[in-house]
Amino acid sequence: MNDPTNKAIGKPLDRVDGRLKVTGAARYAAEFPLKNMAHAVLVQSAIAKGRITNIDTSAAQKSPGVLAVITHLNAPKLASPQSGGGDSSGGDAQVTAANAQSGESGSAGGENPFEKPVPVLQSDQINFYGQHIGVVVAETLEQARHAATLLRVTYREERPATVMAANLANAYKPQSLLIPLKPDTQRGDIQGGLKAADVQVDHTYTTPNEHHQPMEAHATTAVWDGGQLTLYDSSQNVNGVQKTVANTLRIPPENIRVIASFVGGGFGSKYPVRGHTILAAIAAQQVKRPVKLVVTREQMFTSVGFRSHSSQRIRLGAKKDGKLTAISHEIHTQTSVFEEFIEHVGVATPMLYDTQNLLVTHRGVRLNLPTPTIMRAPGESPGMFAFESAMDELAYALKLDPIELRLRNEPERDLEKGLPWSSRSLVESFRQGAKSFGWERRNPEPRSMRDGRYLIGMGTATATYPTNRMPSSAKVRLLADGSAQVYLAATDIGTGTYTMLTQIAADALGIPTERVRVEIGDTKMPRTPGSGGSWGAASYGSAVQSACVAVRAKILGMARLDPRSPLKGLSNVGMDIREGRIFSKRDSSRGETYQEILARNNLKVTEAEVESTPDEAAKKYSMHAFGAQFAQVRVDPDLGMVRVTRFLGTYGAGRILNPKTARSQMIGGIIMGIGMALHEETVVDDRYGHFVNHNLGEYHVPVHADIPAIEAFFVKENDPHVNPLGIKGVGEIGIVGVAAAVANAVYHATGKRIRDLPITPDKLL
Amino acid sequence: MKLFAYTRATEQDVAVNTVSRNQSAKFIGGGTNLLDLMKENVEQPNQLIDINSLPLSKIEVTRNGVRIGAMARNSDVAYNAIIQERYPLLSQALLAGASPQLRNMATVGGNLMQRTRCYYFYDTAMPCNKREPGSGCAAIEGFNRIHAIFGASDQCIATHPSDMCVALAALDAVVQVQGPKGDRQIPITDFHRLPGDTPQIDTVLQHGELITAVDLPNLPFAKRSHYLKVRDRASYAFALVSVATALDIENGIIRAARVAMGGVAHKPWRAVAAEEILVGAKVNQETFRAAAEATVKEAKPQKHNKFKVEMAKRAIMRSLTEVGEMA
Ligand SMILES: Cc1cc2nc3c(=O)[nH]c(=O)nc-3n(C[C@H](O)[C@H](O)[C@H](O)COP(=O)(O)OP(=O)(O)OC[C@H]3O[C@@H](n4cnc5c(N)ncnc54)[C@H](O)[C@@H]3O)c2cc1C
Ligand code: SF4
Repeated sequence: MNDPTNKAIGKPLDRVDGRLKVTGAARYAAEFPLKNMAHAVLVQSAIAKGRITNIDTSAAQKSPGVLAVITHLNAPKLASPQSGGGDSSGGDAQVTAANAQSGESGSAGGENPFEKPVPVLQSDQINFYGQHIGVVVAETLEQARHAATLLRVTYREERPATVMAANLANAYKPQSLLIPLKPDTQRGDIQGGLKAADVQVDHTYTTPNEHHQPMEAHATTAVWDGGQLTLYDSSQNVNGVQKTVANTLRIPPENIRVIASFVGGGFGSKYPVRGHTILAAIAAQQVKRPVKLVVTREQMFTSVGFRSHSSQRIRLGAKKDGKLTAISHEIHTQTSVFEEFIEHVGVATPMLYDTQNLLVTHRGVRLNLPTPTIMRAPGESPGMFAFESAMDELAYALKLDPIELRLRNEPERDLEKGLPWSSRSLVESFRQGAKSFGWERRNPEPRSMRDGRYLIGMGTATATYPTNRMPSSAKVRLLADGSAQVYLAATDIGTGTYTMLTQIAADALGIPTERVRVEIGDTKMPRTPGSGGSWGAASYGSAVQSACVAVRAKILGMARLDPRSPLKGLSNVGMDIREGRIFSKRDSSRGETYQEILARNNLKVTEAEVESTPDEAAKKYSMHAFGAQFAQVRVDPDLGMVRVTRFLGTYGAGRILNPKTARSQMIGGIIMGIGMALHEETVVDDRYGHFVNHNLGEYHVPVHADIPAIEAFFVKENDPHVNPLGIKGVGEIGIVGVAAAVANAVYHATGKRIRDLPITPDKLL
Repeated sequence: MKLFAYTRATEQDVAVNTVSRNQSAKFIGGGTNLLDLMKENVEQPNQLIDINSLPLSKIEVTRNGVRIGAMARNSDVAYNAIIQERYPLLSQALLAGASPQLRNMATVGGNLMQRTRCYYFYDTAMPCNKREPGSGCAAIEGFNRIHAIFGASDQCIATHPSDMCVALAALDAVVQVQGPKGDRQIPITDFHRLPGDTPQIDTVLQHGELITAVDLPNLPFAKRSHYLKVRDRASYAFALVSVATALDIENGIIRAARVAMGGVAHKPWRAVAAEEILVGAKVNQETFRAAAEATVKEAKPQKHNKFKVEMAKRAIMRSLTEVGEMA
């Protein structure tokens, strides 16, 4: 039998969950109407460093409707990250997998940072402004919110360090980064390479603190039934939540069920478990009722992570013809004083272009701020802003077209890993993208293009994101009516997981997509990794594919051996399936349906559960998606206002399962990238250590009026190596390089190089 | 949020008397500002008098100009044909503010009374003389990119955030008020205050006084007007700097001029110095530059908003140029 009959894959199938979402029938974490629900509200510290000397809860306790006030004085003792969880078996699966996947020995030390206990309310110590110091539970949300304002907290305050630039002297070299990239990467002779250059570029670029702020606020509804805990959690990683909560509360993971059927965006902030989930569980235990805890928009600025500020010095050296002789990328980012998260900002630099001499370093600064976390394309997103801006500067210094510069430095293989590319469509993306965009109309001279009083600029940049895959399981049931059910723990954070798994299952079983029902977002289902690293399609998809193949094989096996079946004796390759009917390739009249086979065998259902693990591909190939981003901007030269008037992205991302949802991912990434380029910045007031603009009125993300028509398309790319389905993943590459393309366009328009994001009007005056 | 009583008023007198009798009572219009402030515990009234049912939402032509009822929605004013024809800068200013949803709720009275967007004012954990007199001003030594460059005090450097009010200032509008002791009229430029030593008081409106209407005087040359807003994103952001301009031009000479600015002071800022230079001068870039420079001469920027001085200058010039180029 031919492997996937491939009728649904590649089609722009509408979201299968679309109707549920637009009609409001899709239930999110805070929307499960449970009887007897109590409401919890977080209380946060109003200092960034010091100790709580007293919390007077008497007024709050007496406030109407209050059921519990929990602080460090009466919170249950929890596991600490140092002590490790209760049970760590299996806990390392994901990170070790990531190591295997990248083909490097991990520096992450084997411990999965996303399953470590999350201690909350364990001491009087305050490490950052907005730290959770209590939770108030009441009959109604209003009562809880009011009572939360009645806590009287006194502190012994110490001077915090909250701004990286002021604390660079305390920078340190981290033990490890999140992914298996060493803090320092070096090859060749960087000084020699710079000396050998005809032209050099040496600049420092910065990206600010940025917040994810997905549409759906983080929320947890916690319900205890004896020793069993159910968490309806706004999460992109249900198995991770299960494990982390188990480790923190020191109960067996089997006693915890985590449900995240629908998630309103995550962008990384919903990957790790945060304190509020633990607090909801504790609160529900204490009041012996279901408890709902919704993190407010303002609290999301301090409770669920953010993207660290980065400062990046880039030095490039090149010969007159553009050949790079040296690339140096020295990075500073911040972490918190109590946990380490150093973003792998330089991750793409070593492999992107052809150079013998390279240096990438990561240094961290510990600050009294919340711990940063992963945010859409962690690493590449800030790193490629700096690197690709510098490449543009180099192109100008060389008087070379920026695309030509990249083409002249196209590497034959991944020089860092010493591996061939599984496939690499950067050149093709630039070629097709430039053509569609009309790059040839660009006069390279800065300030040379105008539209009335406005300056026009065009800029471009490379996009890239690694192809990851994780072990994942899935269960598929084929029912007597010939329809299929697909079960796995995976989440759909808006990317289209439901839809693409429906397509994969339909093709693998040879049935129409309407006959497939996918159920995900529940730890009761087979274990999967969370939605992150753009590995969802490759990991979940491979598992569903194998499970379907297993079910199909079982059924066909039955038929082939059954004298009553018209398929008796046929070999696998001699058969084909269409619309749920299996038939002989030679004689299509010879065949029967799944229903017929199951009915004859008195089976209500045939099922298979598989675990699908990555093969050795990552050891043999360097696997990445690549793309080219193109921006056109219009700048008001007097007032400094920038509008992106056109954007086009072209990507080679392997096989595209669903061009509609994939394109939406690209467009979403580009919009987020435009926000990064022009708007997003969370400002810290060093005196108090708080995020000053902690609401969506003052933390600007793009609005409709900021977003032009966006074009995004994929170049044809057939990658036989990455995974059986040839998928590279599309969740993150869309944002990578966008900010650089915009900044490069702004330079082209104005002759002003903005190296510090975001590009607000004041910087262009 | 504190518990509060809520009453819907159907008569102006009752509304005024109810609020006058209770120091902690407030009128509520569209609620787009007041409810946010209550949720953040910045304001904690114990009684709300809903004035949405009062018959005060008409927009009508009067002998001296146009009267806009205090309860008219921002969107209704913006899209009113008479306003669009006679006072285009007002329509433009309204449409430059907030979002369609907010404008559909926001009333003219509420817009006049909206409070500053200073970050520290909204955050009850921070000192703020406007919210809590005597507690200090967190913005002066803090992050003050969006703050005032004109007329600030060492007690408060906040700005008034309204776009509409900037246009009203350029038009010399008059605010009609009904109080417990009768009616009075307040010229718009006297309506909002500078912070001085009492930044907690935004306007000269007394407790219990109800805004009933805003009168726009006849100003034929206001047809030739423009509202320019410089902001951090294309929509849905408060002004870094804004300028409302109207010019009366005859034979290339400016006979009368109105210039008002937003985002730069505790009140809509009439650029009197600019107007003085403009009147009688020729329509050209030198005139506009001189007017712009005269305006920013008295600017006193803060640490993070020095750019506003240059931005204000350029915005004035741009706005004057736009109006100067109009037929
Ligand atoms: C996200 C956001 C963005 C915004 N962006 C902008 C912007 O870009 N530009 C801009 O100009 N504005 C902006 N606004 C502010 C908006 O214009 C105001 O919130 C609105 O005009 C207030 O009108 P309201 O009727 O809702 O007032 P309410 O919230 O009902 O009341 C505000 C105050 O006015 C008092 N009040 C109301 N009516 C009367 C009356 N008749 N007499 C006496 N007192 C009265 C109330 O007691 C209260 O103190 C924004 C608001 C939000 C929430
Ligand atoms: S500027 Fe005014 S509103 Fe802002 S903190 Fe200072 S006193 Fe308060």
